[in-house]
Amino acid sequence: MTTTTTREPAAPDSRTPGRAARILADRRLPVLVTAGLFLVMYAVGLSRYQNYGFAETQVFLNLFIDNSYLLVAAVGATFVILSGGIDLSVGSVIGFTTMFTAWLVEKQGLPIVVVIPMALAVGAFGGYLMGYVIQNFEIQPFIVTLAGLFLFRGLCLVISKESISITDSTVSSMAQAQISLGGGFLSVGAVVSLVVLGVAFYVLHHTRFGRRVYAIGGNEQSALLMGLPQGGTKIAVYTVSGFCSALAGLLFALYIQSGDPLHATGLELDAIAAVVIGGTLLTGGSGYVVGTLFGVLVLGLIKSLIQFEGTLSSWWTKIATGVLLCAFILVQRTMTSRRSP
Amino acid sequence: MAEPLPVLEMTGIVKEFPGVRALSGVDFRLFPGEIHALLGENGAGKSTLIKVLTGVYSLDGGTVTLNGTPVRFHSPSQAQQAGISTVYQEVNLCPNLSVAENILIGREPTRFGRIQWKRLRREAAELVDRLGLDIDVDAPLSSYPLAVQQLVAIVRSVGTGDSDGPGSGTRVLILDEPTSSLDRDEVLELFALMRRLKDQGVAILFVSHFLDQIYEVCDRMTVLRNGALVGEHLVRDLDQVGLVQLMIGKALDQLEELHDHQLHADVGESLLTADGVGRTGRIAPFDLEIKKGEVVGLAGLLGSGRTELARLLFGADQPDSGKVTIGGRQVPMSAPNDAIAAGVAFCSENRRAEGLVPDLTVRENIVLALQAARGWTRPVPAAQRDELVAKYIKALDIRPADPEARVGQLSGGNQQKVLLARWLITQPKLLILDEPTRGIDIGAKAEIQKLVVSLSEDGMAVLYIAAELEEVLRLSHTIGVLRDRKLVAKLANGPEITPTRILETIASGEHQ
Repeated sequence: MTTTTTREPAAPDSRTPGRAARILADRRLPVLVTAGLFLVMYAVGLSRYQNYGFAETQVFLNLFIDNSYLLVAAVGATFVILSGGIDLSVGSVIGFTTMFTAWLVEKQGLPIVVVIPMALAVGAFGGYLMGYVIQNFEIQPFIVTLAGLFLFRGLCLVISKESISITDSTVSSMAQAQISLGGGFLSVGAVVSLVVLGVAFYVLHHTRFGRRVYAIGGNEQSALLMGLPQGGTKIAVYTVSGFCSALAGLLFALYIQSGDPLHATGLELDAIAAVVIGGTLLTGGSGYVVGTLFGVLVLGLIKSLIQFEGTLSSWWTKIATGVLLCAFILVQRTMTSRRSP
Repeated sequence: MAEPLPVLEMTGIVKEFPGVRALSGVDFRLFPGEIHALLGENGAGKSTLIKVLTGVYSLDGGTVTLNGTPVRFHSPSQAQQAGISTVYQEVNLCPNLSVAENILIGREPTRFGRIQWKRLRREAAELVDRLGLDIDVDAPLSSYPLAVQQLVAIVRSVGTGDSDGPGSGTRVLILDEPTSSLDRDEVLELFALMRRLKDQGVAILFVSHFLDQIYEVCDRMTVLRNGALVGEHLVRDLDQVGLVQLMIGKALDQLEELHDHQLHADVGESLLTADGVGRTGRIAPFDLEIKKGEVVGLAGLLGSGRTELARLLFGADQPDSGKVTIGGRQVPMSAPNDAIAAGVAFCSENRRAEGLVPDLTVRENIVLALQAARGWTRPVPAAQRDELVAKYIKALDIRPADPEARVGQLSGGNQQKVLLARWLITQPKLLILDEPTRGIDIGAKAEIQKLVVSLSEDGMAVLYIAAELEEVLRLSHTIGVLRDRKLVAKLANGPEITPTRILETIASGEHQ
């Protein structure tokens, strides 16, 4: 007679969760919720401002154009957050890249085609260094990337205390190029950001590297014991984020056509907000980069709606973002507590 | 019977740590298609031997041969590649990924760097199928209970060796206490899987604290004591009594004494009465009386409300109905301090997280509660403190008998004793013990049970919670039976009360 039984006898159907539970536990649900929210907000915009031109295709496409740099930065942040980390240096790297680019193009007279790879390399290398420190000295990513935030912001001022406007003709023509699309047009930046999104999706879902990012975010210790190269993956994740930040910086420079030491201050927080609203868990391991796209679009749409409203101050954007973020984190919390057995 | 060649042979294994000889000349062999139990008390060297075998520790002496070739592993992944896989007590998988991914991650089939998802799912499903399991490989791992996750971990480790082509798979599978958090049905499923693997020629090394399980599933066993080999036996040649004697290295006087122990009769006046005490969602209102010198045992399945009941009586959770009277005075139970002041002590089942401070010394851990009772403005005088600590280390036979040893380095049984000492030093009137014998070896178990008996003989009331019914029966005057967060029966112990009777009460939920 054994009396070591220490659990409730399992109910017969305990292995196949009920349908409602399954839907609630589905990891795609947060993305669908965000996409649904976007559609509802867009429909509200249509009904309220249709006489003011809200229904025009270009208003929709402008969401992509005006937020291209945020999307690229948020894609990088998605990698980091999926792996269970955080990157606070994003905004500073963007600001630094605008300064670096403007300075090399305007003051040093280098052609933009040479400057682009240099800027990307510097951003990626910065990310690599932060990842290396996080991994090899076992320091909290929060602290390491906070140091990165100050470092890159400081480096902006080393280049110049004044903003540098970009007047280079190649840059201007790139900035003004329009790629027509169904009754409207996209900018070069918007196209680049969508390509980055597509590449990120492929990498995260169809390569071993991408799956390792999820595995580390799910349980870092397990990933190590399962024999996965956990250290290298972690460093790579921060390198990707650094690269994306630099690319976002280039798009930002293209969009604003200047470099400024104060560009993109605090943008890392917008990127993190977009990722979280897009349904990625801050604890890592769960989320989709497509959700990040919707997160960015929702943030962008809030801005447009407030512009169309006309009477509201732009600070309402921040308030709406804050409320949304809070709501989504609460939703995530209830979902994860349901999911754990 | 002609014995086949062993797949794994370890001879004269020596492993030394600074100041300690963890393994001194241990021989161990493992045959293909057998389940081999590795037995010994805590600290006998089981984990060290496994870690030497899997390359976590390096060897200080001796040889390891795998299929006749000498090998030396420097990392777990080397051992894995050679066909030695380990599944630990904790499930080391990623709950956020699907079952299929967990089985194959790190060696997903790819084509030009792109993961072939269809092939991955198919291969995982084949592997699951081959082991005769019924698991949906597309579902996320977290949607399955722990027991199934454990099975998935085994599937993964069995599959790991397959990378060199079919047939080259895992030859040695090490299962380190896989059953400690499984219920009976789940254990049976695990055993079925182990037998199937055995039939496929895998050699399985099985470590478990539950002797019944060893006898149920193992063919052969190796017993270690104090880092040395005591013997290798076929399971059918050695009965449980003989095995326990080998493990603890002394006759069973201690244990038998307990088996024959008569419950002392001098139960005194009422100490604690709980009147309709309950907390919504945790445990239904219950009445309970505990007398001086009485041992009240709580029986019930895990999750039936045993711990919840105890926590209410200690004020660790606040009751939202009823009242608790201790020694004639009503106690508000708004915080543990109320209970401590009334003379209640509580040893948590979760001794690592809720009881001991692993980085402090034995001495510091022992005086913690006494100091708390006095308040931080009145430190315990050093001389008195050292005397008390020395007394309890001796009385409870805490090993090593060094008040300066860090508690984190002690074995589970000794940690439990330190926790007990902490509360005994405050001389409580009622001692609540929540699973004091869980995860500790049989010798230490007997000592703790003996201690409970002698404490109650001295007039201390004890509320005793244990998963093993025999343990509860052996010690308790009164047995409270819990089911579905409700105290369903209070049975006075006597010859007619048997484990079966209690199980029936748990199953039917009726007070007979």
